[in-house]
Amino acid sequence: MLGTGAGEDLQLESLMTPHCIDLEATSVRDLNQALHELNGTQEKSDWQITNPKGRHAVAVGIDAPLNVNIDGHTGYYCGGMNKHATITINGNAGPGVAENMMSGLVRIRGNASQYAGATAHGGLLVIEGNASSRCGISMKGVDIVVRGSVGHMGAFMAQAGRLVICGDAADGLGDSLYEARIYVRGKVAGLGADCIEKPMGAEHRRELSGLLAKAGMTGLDVAQFRRYGSARKLYNFNIDNVDAY
Amino acid sequence: MPGKDLNEWLRESATFSKPVIAEIQRAARTGIYDIRGFGAKRQLPAFDDLVFLGASMSRYPLEGYRERCDANVTLGTRHAKKPIELKIPITIAGMSFGALSAPAKEALGRGASEVGTSTTTGDGGMTPEEREHSSILVYQLLPSRYGMNPDDLRKADAVEVVVGQGAKPGGGGMLLGQKISARVAEMRDLPEGIDQRSACRHPDWTGPDDLEIKIQELREITDWEKPVYIKVGATRTYYDTMLAVKAGADVIVVDGMQGGTAATQDVFIEHVGIPTLPAVRLAVEALKEMDMHRKVQLIVSGGIRSGADVAKALALGADAVSIGVAALIALGDNSPEHEDEYRKLGTSAGYYDDYQDGKDPTGISTQNNELAEKFDPVRGGRRLANYLRVLTLETQTLARACGKSHVHNLEPEDLVALTIEAAAMAKVPLAGTDWIPGNN
Repeated sequence: MLGTGAGEDLQLESLMTPHCIDLEATSVRDLNQALHELNGTQEKSDWQITNPKGRHAVAVGIDAPLNVNIDGHTGYYCGGMNKHATITINGNAGPGVAENMMSGLVRIRGNASQYAGATAHGGLLVIEGNASSRCGISMKGVDIVVRGSVGHMGAFMAQAGRLVICGDAADGLGDSLYEARIYVRGKVAGLGADCIEKPMGAEHRRELSGLLAKAGMTGLDVAQFRRYGSARKLYNFNIDNVDAY
Repeated sequence: MPGKDLNEWLRESATFSKPVIAEIQRAARTGIYDIRGFGAKRQLPAFDDLVFLGASMSRYPLEGYRERCDANVTLGTRHAKKPIELKIPITIAGMSFGALSAPAKEALGRGASEVGTSTTTGDGGMTPEEREHSSILVYQLLPSRYGMNPDDLRKADAVEVVVGQGAKPGGGGMLLGQKISARVAEMRDLPEGIDQRSACRHPDWTGPDDLEIKIQELREITDWEKPVYIKVGATRTYYDTMLAVKAGADVIVVDGMQGGTAATQDVFIEHVGIPTLPAVRLAVEALKEMDMHRKVQLIVSGGIRSGADVAKALALGADAVSIGVAALIALGDNSPEHEDEYRKLGTSAGYYDDYQDGKDPTGISTQNNELAEKFDPVRGGRRLANYLRVLTLETQTLARACGKSHVHNLEPEDLVALTIEAAAMAKVPLAGTDWIPGNN
């Protein structure tokens, strides 16, 4: 809900650098509106958000190369549909963080709840802790790098992009995936339908190395990772595969 | 002894009718269930089972060509800064580019825009052509999120969160490989030619409490400007409507089991969901129970064909209706002018339902460029506009006959039922009685 007088506060704040927004004093609506005023521009200003306290839809729908730092834990859909912005959550993220992201970078210093990076088309999502279930569900081109482990059904129906898991993957990894590629360093509890392990070639090691570097993950040996992808057996219906459905 | 005409002696089984036998034989031959387009073909209780009580001694009618009967409708008044204003209470339902050809989508936009109503995208995103030709465009947020992006979200006039559709409540989208052309594949981030089986649940929310938060996100991204619709297939409609209101919908779309599809299992089309007739009444009851009738607008779809259907849906409390299959027929689907080509496909005009296989001779439900180019979007748009005008005129005719100066003034009291089933489902009296089955 709109906070009375919040707009005035924002105008005052905008004279300062970085923009400091305390979500105890300013509503999420006013924050997002202020961010959206810059959509379509090349504005690169810094935004410091405090006291998110699990609020939902923080910093969603940005379309500018802003640098947004959020101190604390966020609720659902933080950074949703992001374009161009760099958003850092110094805390844990609730469900659907960076959902449908188009470009830019979302970094979570803590853990991420379910559906992190769901359906995201582009950009980079970095989760420095663990990610819960369905991380990268239906991802459509985003790159996701998780320093810790990922819960069940990671990359479910993933269409394109890369999911890198530096820890372990729970059951059902890559179920019904399309052309997305998955790299896992630890144990995989089980693969989903049509997901198979594939050989790691030099090009894959290069790709993985690049992703880890981009995500700022150091001290990891790419030789410890395995690669997974689609067997492409379920791409067209075949009655002989009926047991897989 | 049989005579010359065997048909006089042969007795068809009611249980194993000829279509049933053909389906068993087809299943045994192919090993796959029947996937088809169109909507439910079985006989169902429907609006035809209701009739209006025109004005007479106790009510006076309005003059047909002299006294106004308005038909406009405003959608999205609950939360949206920019509600949608439609000139007629009939909208075009969501149909994807992919299921339909680009010129067919263009024609839908042209026809709807000509009469001041909206069209809707579908599973696959928004094409520039449909945005260009649709003055009011509703952008669907589907489980697959194919083509979903914030730019198109902001270009849209409303957002429709699709929870389900009448042809397959509980099922996901389906587009078979033969229709996944290069352009369709690119829009959906999929390899060309694969069978696309969309998810049946949304990827980032589960249940109405989550949906409320999802809608909050959509509103934040669009700065609370756009109306947010929730579309459900008609099943547990009373409760679904209440939950949609709680989740924050501006508009609820209830799609009955007659609702069309481009590709769904026949068993799903014919055996899941409830007819549109009881669905309208259940949705309106729920809205009234929550004191939200007319505050949250209700759009009803599924088998709407005529102004009579429109008027009856409105009389039962809907704010608008939506058409899909009827709009395609208006564009030229199932037209006898293509009979020769239909015959080559083993079907006939009036029976064609293979929207899934991409060989539509009309160029409507195909991604084959050669076929699609045969379809004239200007002519198609004009035909659709004509049809929408006829539906509106028919609706107004019935409303005036009942003495109403706005089609929204039609009410259940104007209706009676011709069958006990319809009386029970619509909760209007059986004609000639004051009996509403189920009412004590």
